[in-house]
Order: sequence, then C-alpha cells, then structure tokens
Amino acid sequence: MKAVLSSADITRALTRISHEIIEKNRGTAELVLLGIPTRGTHLAERIASEIGRIDAGEIPVGTLDITLHRDDLRSRPPRPLTPTRIPAGGIDGKRVVLVDDVLYSGRTIRAALDALGELGRPALVQLAVLIDRGHRELPIRADYVGKNLPTAHEEVVRVAIKEIDGEDSVSIANAHE
Amino acid sequence: MSDNATAMKKHLLSINDLTREDALLILDTADELARVSDAPIKKLPTLRGRTVVNLFYEDSTRTRISFEAAAKRLSADVINFSAKGSSVSKGESLKDTALTLQSMGADAVILRHGASGAAHRLAQWTNGVVINAGDGTHEHPTQALLDAFTIRKHLKRSSGNATGVGEDLSGLRISIVGDILHSRVARSNVLLLHLLGAKITLVAPPTLLPVGVEEWPVEICYDFNEAIEDCDAVMMLRLQLERMKSAFFPSAREYSRLFGLDRERLLHARKKPLILHPGPINRGLEISAESADAVESVILEQVANGVSVRMAVLYLLLGGAHE
Repeated sequence: MKAVLSSADITRALTRISHEIIEKNRGTAELVLLGIPTRGTHLAERIASEIGRIDAGEIPVGTLDITLHRDDLRSRPPRPLTPTRIPAGGIDGKRVVLVDDVLYSGRTIRAALDALGELGRPALVQLAVLIDRGHRELPIRADYVGKNLPTAHEEVVRVAIKEIDGEDSVSIANAHE
Repeated sequence: MSDNATAMKKHLLSINDLTREDALLILDTADELARVSDAPIKKLPTLRGRTVVNLFYEDSTRTRISFEAAAKRLSADVINFSAKGSSVSKGESLKDTALTLQSMGADAVILRHGASGAAHRLAQWTNGVVINAGDGTHEHPTQALLDAFTIRKHLKRSSGNATGVGEDLSGLRISIVGDILHSRVARSNVLLLHLLGAKITLVAPPTLLPVGVEEWPVEICYDFNEAIEDCDAVMMLRLQLERMKSAFFPSAREYSRLFGLDRERLLHARKKPLILHPGPINRGLEISAESADAVESVILEQVANGVSVRMAVLYLLLGGAHE
C-alpha cells in the first residue's frame, strides 16, 4: 500500500476546491452542494463549511443516494439504501455541485445526474472530486479535482476520512493487498 | 463503494422468513423510498424490464392497487390477473396458471389466495420470486410490515429522528382486537411485532381465538376496557363475515358493545393510543365511524405507507442478482 495524500494534503486540496468553486461561480449565490454517500457526503460538508468561512455565509448542503439509479444493480445482491437529503430550498434553478471521493468509470456520476433529474431542474451541475483516477467509461469529467492520480485498473484507491475512518488519508493498493 | 449486500431469503411467504435485521432493513428502506412519493417525479428506474404479476384469487382493493403502484413507481411492468374472468373459471389449477405466467417471463408473482399455504406451494413450482399477499387465514406479511412501519413512525420518532429510522418496537404495548381466528393480518402481526420487541395483547371473544393461541408470544385478554388502559396502539381487525360458517357470537350488536372501538372505550385509555385497521372497515361494527375518523386514527396513512413498504420489499427481492 502506498500513501498518496496526507491529512494536510487533503485539507489543502479541499480548501483549494472551495476557492475554485467560488471563483468559477463568481460568488456563492444559488450554490447547493450535494455529496454522494458515504464519503462524498462528508467531503461536501467540509467544502460547504470552508466556502462559508471564506465567503461568510451558509451554503446549503445535502446528500444524494444513487443506489436506485445504478446500472449494475443486477450484477449483485440488492444493496441497502443510503439517505437522500435535499436542502430546504430544493435544487430548481440552483447551481448544484456534486461531490464524491473518487472519480473512476464515471458511472456513479451518470447515476447521480439521473437521480438529480427526478428531484428538480438545476440551472447547472458541476462536479468536485478529491481523486480523479482516470479510466473513464462515459463522457464525464470533473470541474474541480483534488488530485489527478494515474492508476492501473487492478489497483484500488483507498480514501479514508476522519468522520468515518478516524483519519484523513489517500493510498493506492493492489486489489489483493 | 460499499459491499454490505443484503442476505434476505428469495421469497416473502411468511414473517418467519425474516430475521430481525431483515425486518428493520425493509422498514428503513421503506422510509427512504417514502421520499419518492413526495418527489415531483414519483418514478425510479430500478426495476425497469422486470415483470411483476399480481395474481389475485380473492377480492382485494388496497393490497392489489398498493402492489401495483409500488411496482410501477419502480418502473416494473405489471400484469394484473384476477381469477374472475380468467381460465380459472374453466378449472385451470394454480400450478398450471403459475407455469403459464412463468413462461410469459414473470420475475415475481404476488399471490392472494383463499387457501392457507398457497404461496408456499407456488414458490416450489416457479423460478420467480413469490410474495404472499394473503393466503387464507395464514399470513399477510406485507400488511404486518406496513403496520409496524406506521407504528414506528408515530411512536418511535424523536427530535433527531423524525421517522424512527433504525429503531425497533421495543417497549411498546400493542393490542390486536377482534376476529383473530380468521385473520392472517393478526398472525403476521403477532410474529413481526414480537420479532421487533413489542408486547402484544390479543383481545377477542374465546370463540374468535384460534386453537393453540396459548403457544403464541402474546397475552390474552377478554376485556377490551382493561386492555386499552395501558396500550400504545390498538389494531382493530375486520370481522371476516365471509369466512364465518357458523355463529361465533350471539349478535353483531353484542360484539360491537364488547369488542368494538368507540369514543367511550377510548375514555378508558390512559395514553391516547394510535388506532390502526387493515381495512376494509365495517363501520359501526368493529369500529365506530367516529373512532375511524379520529385524530389518533392512522388508517388512511396505513394505505400510503403500504406503497412505500411494498416498494421496499420489491426492491430488496427483485432489485439485484440472487444466486
């Protein structure tokens, strides 16, 4: 297993992403952050509080479960659902930033876009990820990337975050490690 | 990516097919799916391309419509089959009907049948998933699940948990009142509510209690006024007059006076109990119109919750690969 990002690296990456979100959206008006469970949800909360700190305001943040929209449901036993919580203002006409830990095939994000479509019609949707490990299978890209990490298919990217795993770190391992 | 896949049995024939964890998983999944009913677009693509057959040998309004709505919200194709007007009236057996449906590619069969054990038999004949929607006087598991869901939502919520998600029913006292003998709803509810930790009291005249009831994990009480004093929820059962071949009580009026729920009876309750009824209601017989429409009554909410609970069952049984 090889360490890729330390706790301080992750904090710096999330701070930079927060600044980029404000810059690209020319402020925080109509901004809504939606994390994809489970780690994306916590990353979204951290980015929201960082943006709130920089721009002095409260950014609506929620969580979006994509399980029911997955395209690989039939290849495995049914999975338990995770919560979907949309902030009180909804997503109609908002600038929605999806947040996930790792961008890989792009299929999760496709499912997330479908799930969003059922909840409303955002003005635009952007994507923030902590790690982009390549190997896309769909025409999807991230607007904000913590770190581009070239990987081989058989490698596994492990993202640990304080809220769930007790520490912040990113590492690469072989599949059977 | 989480791999904590579920390990439920293939069919839902009886509450005995479920572990406590399975039951809680169904209720928690239903809680999440209930939000779909509030969304602007009440449709999920999850069961696209799957075919669900509603095979109903007995009359039903809410169960059939509820399963149909649940399957459609998950994008499954639904075929409704009712025995009336089908080849059943020409003498086709359940087995032949089931094999025909299987050849048509049914992934799940939802069966309502007058014979106890019909769903078990059907499960041995077909490859698809079988969901018991009521078999004779045996069981009606999805009704019990929606009752438990409704009770939990009302009596287990707290400030940080608006719908009681993740909670079981421990500490609650629930009375099930009326025609226990003919009631599959009562059987399924006794099993499920007990599994989830509730204390159950059956209230009925001795003639409407089944043989062997002393083996059930329940208390038995013949005095409704006494039973209602300390209970958190009252589940009224419909008098199943169509299944009664002899006299089980002297008169409807006497039954109503002793075991019906009305405003005076509610005065004996110390806590305001939640009022449930699986429907259809015989107003004025087992429950007065006033009590059925009281604020404590959640009878219509039970119907709405039925859709969410059945969506959860369909998703968990059909939404993934089963080895």
